[in-house]
Amino acid sequence: MADVTLRKLVKMYDQVQAVKGIDLEIKDKEFVVLVGPSGCGKSTTLRMIAGLEEISGGQILIDDDVVNDVPPKDRDIAMVFQNYALYPHMTVHENMSFGLRLKKFPKAEIAKRVGEAARILDITELLERKPKALSGGQRQRVAMGRAIVRNPKVFLFDEPLSNLDAKLRVQMRIEIKKVHQTVRTTTVYVTHDQIEAMTLADRVVVMNGGVIEQVGTPQELYHNPRTRFVAAFIGSPSMNFVPCRLESHADQLAVRISNEIAFFMPEQKAARYKKLSGDGQLLLGLRPEHLTDMRQHMEPGCVPFDAQLEVTEPMGMETFVYFKMNGADMCGRVNPNAGALDGGPLKMAADLNNMHLIDAKTGLVL
Amino acid sequence: MVDMTAGQSAAVPRQIRKPKSPIARFFGRRSTIAFLMALPLILLIGVLVIYPAFYSLHLATLNKRMTEFRGFDNFSFLLFKKDAFWTVVYSSCLFAVSAVIFKAFIGFVVAHFVHNIPAKGQRKWRGMLLIPWVIPPAMSTLAWLWLFDSSYGALNWTLAKIGIGPIPWIGEPGWARFSVILVNVWFGAPFFMIMYLASLKSVPDALYEAADIDGATWWQKIRYITLPMMRNIIAITTLFSLIVTFANFDIVRVLTQGGPLDQTHLFATWAFEIGIRSGDIPLGASVSLFMVPILAIAAVFILRDINKRGNEA
Repeated sequence: MADVTLRKLVKMYDQVQAVKGIDLEIKDKEFVVLVGPSGCGKSTTLRMIAGLEEISGGQILIDDDVVNDVPPKDRDIAMVFQNYALYPHMTVHENMSFGLRLKKFPKAEIAKRVGEAARILDITELLERKPKALSGGQRQRVAMGRAIVRNPKVFLFDEPLSNLDAKLRVQMRIEIKKVHQTVRTTTVYVTHDQIEAMTLADRVVVMNGGVIEQVGTPQELYHNPRTRFVAAFIGSPSMNFVPCRLESHADQLAVRISNEIAFFMPEQKAARYKKLSGDGQLLLGLRPEHLTDMRQHMEPGCVPFDAQLEVTEPMGMETFVYFKMNGADMCGRVNPNAGALDGGPLKMAADLNNMHLIDAKTGLVL
Repeated sequence: MVDMTAGQSAAVPRQIRKPKSPIARFFGRRSTIAFLMALPLILLIGVLVIYPAFYSLHLATLNKRMTEFRGFDNFSFLLFKKDAFWTVVYSSCLFAVSAVIFKAFIGFVVAHFVHNIPAKGQRKWRGMLLIPWVIPPAMSTLAWLWLFDSSYGALNWTLAKIGIGPIPWIGEPGWARFSVILVNVWFGAPFFMIMYLASLKSVPDALYEAADIDGATWWQKIRYITLPMMRNIIAITTLFSLIVTFANFDIVRVLTQGGPLDQTHLFATWAFEIGIRSGDIPLGASVSLFMVPILAIAAVFILRDINKRGNEA
């Protein structure tokens, strides 16, 4: 059980800064997910915590001890690799017990721990098999078992599900969550998949270009993104952005998208945005579920507009519709019975209670 | 839509096949074609390997003048009456086993060093380290002969500078054996190096990282990861080298000609000595045939479980 603290952590490759001085505090027993596009520095950060990558600057603390110069084996961590990294010439049992055998644990203790981990992961029947005789999902479980038997202070996961097919990924995601509920160990998990991040994490760390964009619970990130990057990265399909400007009409405030289209804001939003000057370059951000079909009884703050649909994607319980708004590609989420057809018109409504305004220059959510 | 497709297929006349003759069918088979394509190589092996093998079997059963059939007389003569035979068995085994062990060990160590050189400079080093292996051994052995020269050789000259020697490199049986092995190791280690290097490169880095986290020391990583992962390559390379080294001819021929006192003869050089230089071709053929059972045992022993442990990754 341990806290992990990153202080001004930097990683340089030759002249390129891959991680640019990040600060992060991970609390005991917390499940933290580092998420971001490829090359954002999330895996490098994890590997620095593991001790597999040298630290170019800053500090890493595990339980208040600086571990910058501590080799991986003495950091009391366990890691699950993307390609599992199981030893191919050893059986599942030997793979899981390798670390304990090296540390000269008594045989009875090793048997007990391996048995317990195998029970948690439901791989008891596989213990005598070699990795090549296992499926992808089973290998993944063994890799997790190898981490669990060590009973480490910190679990590190490096994109553990990205080699699995979509269905198995969902299943293993749930497994990982269950395991964390059983074995409450501080966990750092790296993924590029925002759905994994949202579903698994106590807190999500969104990284981009070697810096942390935002840290928060999945709900915070979804509803209150701090930057355009986070707003676009979290959520699927991602948030729509359309250039706009603000207009005052008497005591009301409107976002004008084009000469034809302008939406009046509900009061609480108007109060929030009225201090903004009208001439700044702004983006209106709306998630697909806030662009719906027009219904009989709309909430206050929902404003109607006409859309000329390009493509529709029926998903069963909902239909995604794609259309253009003043040149910007938009995606809306409508009722499957709303009569949305490819190339047809649709009466839609924008829920401005959930709108975001973004400074187009700085990318900050206002 | 469905109707149209049905109509179309009905319009196409069915292809009518003529019944083929049995000969045409025989030549049409994939296995026959494969055999025909491999035939030139089979013929070449037949002429260059199988025929000489049986011919030497035949020769070994003749008398010295090659006029009479003598059965196994030559073999029993070697086994029970010729003392030099057992010296050759001993020195061949000693030569092959010790040379292969040193070649494998040096190759393994050097492969690790080369593997750890950054990719940029690695080509250069690989090329330089392969030089001993690409020079024709008869030529490089000649160079070693000069190095070993007891009066004018560079080795003794260097040793004399630090007050050692002179050493009778090829003049005394013990040293001569050492010198022959040394030259063979120098010549053969690069082969092991390049094979082991290729094998090392195929071990995923993630395994070493996993071992780092599991708490393995460098030695434990070699013991529990590198060696098991390289097991097959080590077995095949060792077997191959054992056969080639056991059957070595040129190094001994150039360096010591089997001397002093026949102490450095190997099967091949001794067979040459008896068969060609002393003119007893049947006895020479028998000597060379003694290599077959010895090498066959080595092959079985080493290849025993390669299939079982095949590609485990």
